[in-house]
Amino acid sequence: MTSENGYLVEIKDLNKLYPVSAGIFKTSNDFIHAVSGLNLQIRKGESVGLVGESGCGKTTTGKLLVRLIDPTSGNITMRIGDSTVDVAHLRGKQLKDFRRRVQMIFQDPYESMNPRLTIFDTIAEPLEVQGIGNITERQERVAGLLELVGLAPASSFIFRYPHELSGGQRQRVAVARALIVQPDFIVADEPTSMLDVSVRTGVMHLMQALAKQFGVTTLYITHDLAVARYMCDRIAVMYLGKIVEIGETEEILKNPRHPYTKALLSAVPVPDPTYKRQVVNIKGRISKPINPKPLCRFYERCPWGDEYCLTHDHPPLEDGKGATHLVACYHWEKYAGKTNQGPIATN
Amino acid sequence: MVENVTSPDVIHGIEVKIGQVPLWRVRLQMLWISIKANLKLFFENPIGVIGLVIILFFFLMAIAHPILMRTVWPPAIYDPIRGFDLSILVHPSGPSLSHILGTDPFGRDVLSQLMYSTSSEFALGAIAALVTVFFATTIGAVSAYYGGWLDTIFMRFADLIIMTPFITLLIVLSTLFDVGMVELGIVIGLLGGFGGTTVIIKSQALTIKVRTYIEAARVAGGGHFHIIMRHIIPNLLPLAFLYMMFTVTSAIFSEAVLSFFGLLNIRMSWGLMINTTQYTGYLLSFDKWWLIFPASVSITLLCGAFYLVGRGIDEIVNPRLRKR
Amino acid sequence: MAEEVLRLEHLTMHYKTRAGELSAVDDVSFKLEEGDSLGLVGESGCGKTSVALTILKLLPENGYIKGGKIIINGKDITNYTENQMRKVRWGEVSMVFQAAMNALNPVYRVGDQIEEAMVTHLPPLSKEDMQARIDELFRLVGLDPALKTRYPHEFSGGMRQRAIIAMALSCGPILIIADEPTTALDVIVQDSLLREMREFQKKLGMAMIYVSHDVGVIAEVSERVGVMYAGRMAELGTTAAIFHDPIHPYTMALMSSFPSIVGEKTELVSLPGEPPNLLNPPSGCRFHPRCPFATQICIDQNPDFVEHEPGHFAACWHPRGKK
Repeated sequence: MTSENGYLVEIKDLNKLYPVSAGIFKTSNDFIHAVSGLNLQIRKGESVGLVGESGCGKTTTGKLLVRLIDPTSGNITMRIGDSTVDVAHLRGKQLKDFRRRVQMIFQDPYESMNPRLTIFDTIAEPLEVQGIGNITERQERVAGLLELVGLAPASSFIFRYPHELSGGQRQRVAVARALIVQPDFIVADEPTSMLDVSVRTGVMHLMQALAKQFGVTTLYITHDLAVARYMCDRIAVMYLGKIVEIGETEEILKNPRHPYTKALLSAVPVPDPTYKRQVVNIKGRISKPINPKPLCRFYERCPWGDEYCLTHDHPPLEDGKGATHLVACYHWEKYAGKTNQGPIATN
Repeated sequence: MVENVTSPDVIHGIEVKIGQVPLWRVRLQMLWISIKANLKLFFENPIGVIGLVIILFFFLMAIAHPILMRTVWPPAIYDPIRGFDLSILVHPSGPSLSHILGTDPFGRDVLSQLMYSTSSEFALGAIAALVTVFFATTIGAVSAYYGGWLDTIFMRFADLIIMTPFITLLIVLSTLFDVGMVELGIVIGLLGGFGGTTVIIKSQALTIKVRTYIEAARVAGGGHFHIIMRHIIPNLLPLAFLYMMFTVTSAIFSEAVLSFFGLLNIRMSWGLMINTTQYTGYLLSFDKWWLIFPASVSITLLCGAFYLVGRGIDEIVNPRLRKR
Repeated sequence: MAEEVLRLEHLTMHYKTRAGELSAVDDVSFKLEEGDSLGLVGESGCGKTSVALTILKLLPENGYIKGGKIIINGKDITNYTENQMRKVRWGEVSMVFQAAMNALNPVYRVGDQIEEAMVTHLPPLSKEDMQARIDELFRLVGLDPALKTRYPHEFSGGMRQRAIIAMALSCGPILIIADEPTTALDVIVQDSLLREMREFQKKLGMAMIYVSHDVGVIAEVSERVGVMYAGRMAELGTTAAIFHDPIHPYTMALMSSFPSIVGEKTELVSLPGEPPNLLNPPSGCRFHPRCPFATQICIDQNPDFVEHEPGHFAACWHPRGKK
């Protein structure tokens, strides 16, 4: 494909604001900035992890990308075939075409399937609503894909109801549903967080193998850095609607630059009793970004925060030296290589 | 917490050779399996079964009446509206071999009246229930899905109907218009379909609307119509079916009240039987019990039976009520 | 010698369901001493929560103890009535659940709810003593005592979970069972809560049972670990032994299927199949259908839970994969 910059998805200055409800008769002037000024480029064929705590806006970003919700402002451009489209303003036939190219896998395998539809109807739904193939062709396609996602023989799964399947099997069905239209881009919202460990690994392997086989680009939304390490080429860390750091996965894990990334990494429990983690020293807890003031979003919790951070706007996402590792912090170079030093949080 | 329990009413999927059996046949087969499974659950519950037996009893009565009229009951004597038994001197007469439930003050056979009325009670119930469910499900699904002003209009209208005294409104309507069984069924159906039942169905639809599979359907490319028809309404039907049963109860009851006041333009019904008893002055003469009891007991029994069946269905629809 | 706090002897618990008997806990034995912390780890449906519920006899209507004994503080409570159990709960053993919001009554102040728990279970205290004790409890779990006059909805998830723990500590139990205490929380909040739990446990010297599916959490908080699979205890030993020298093939698989952010990025192991349906569990060793080392004996006979090394138990015919 002859794309000028090789990006499949480009997000520019994306904003999503939700009004804070003020009562029935009042219109609110307060807004939650769920996603604010987000910039992200995703190359064709790569898998990017969007990592952060609950309430950081990662799921909102995912829904914006598949056009489940409309952005307040900003652009999402996506290459579909040979043309570049603006996701936020798709209508009619273009939107229909977009639905064929972009799919989503949801977190909860028990909630994401209509209990009254069979596995066949669930997987074939995109084909049906988009009028692809006739009934026989659809059945063959669904059966083929079922075997591909490890639900073989397909004949013993195809006419079952979701409640007859285990969580792991359902998530495989969800993967099949996303792949049936052979999309270019899949947003996977915590696809394995509800699964048990022994089943989870299988689904993770499956998703990786199929993404490679179908040449699908993925945005992998997760709160679990350990899972992101195995699933993603690059990781973007989100905090209060902003990406605070982005880079190659191993680079982020080994040399985190942003104090939040450092804290997040040192807070993850390690399945090794002899490993001694560093003490997390950021203060307080995640708040809601309601009408944020023009200063670093992380200032309140930051162990490095000073006068400069307080008086300047949220730092831009800039590259340090290599163009691949970007961080949004005024002071990262001063503390580079160091662990978080500062007063131990009392919370 | 019980973990990993396979639900007992597992509807076992069927294995098919893919592409060789037509899809509609597979669907029919699966529907049959699921009906069987649900019937099995229904019959495990005595409450529902008792209700069903009573309904069946009345249903047989309704079927038996025209047969009896053609075979053993001479129409001149046993016709529920124009019949008169000349061989008995004083009417109302008590139960005898020829008139098992006696005769009414006009010399008509009470049992024949009772059986004749049964079929119209069923028809009334069916019309009311179907009308209610059609409107309640459509309005409930649409106003839950779209929300906004559409929702506001329907819901405020529903409030208005709920606030209106049901029986009083029917009385007014029946004095203004000629209201028969069919008209009554439609009116009761509309009152339920735009009023109380809609609100209940809509609240259920709201819980379905926020489920992830609705989002999944949108990502799949499904339009509003597809989502409402494919995902919201099928998940409302069990509850709608339950409220059909309760509508039947309320329809039969309302008919009895209106007929008692003589406000309906119908020739014979259970309510009318009580009405006849009342205006001929036998309402409180308990020595002429056969005039008042057959109709009133039938009303109570049939209303109760549909309610019981509703309760039985409730336990299938809401697995939480089910005993493990 | 530390006092024994809890002993389970061949505990077996079943649920009666419409589809038959579900064997949720099968022949589970372990004991716990003062100051001990035991982690119960396993996948959903493995019986870890059922064990916790059985110890407190908080079983749903259809669950019943089919065999074995529960001995708390030297008393056999297996056949205790509901009235007798009420004294054991809170007073001797208390439990912290995952869903913290549901455990606090939204219409009462948090401090008052703790006070009520103490009034019902402790000998009468003066008002000042009571308030002093609540303050102390709040500090113990890392909450500002000034927050005791707030309502639950003013608390964040982490603070609510802390308040629940304070309430669980209020009557001076000798054992606390924490069922997925941090699962609903974000990592940073989880981290500080786990740290505080370790600290007060050490300080108060009570015994603790952590129930979690998260191997990482268990590795951090408990000294001993019990790995459960399909209602049975597969392996029990010190945390170091379980993590670095597992005996049971299930433990081995569990440990190597859990991703970590430190160390080399190793290939994750995925087990074939799914955990069994306990309405109709597999014969012999319940793990045999998924076990790479399974032989005929595994299908025929249930392996005993035996001590392989001092303090390191496992139920397996082929320990460490040996024939």
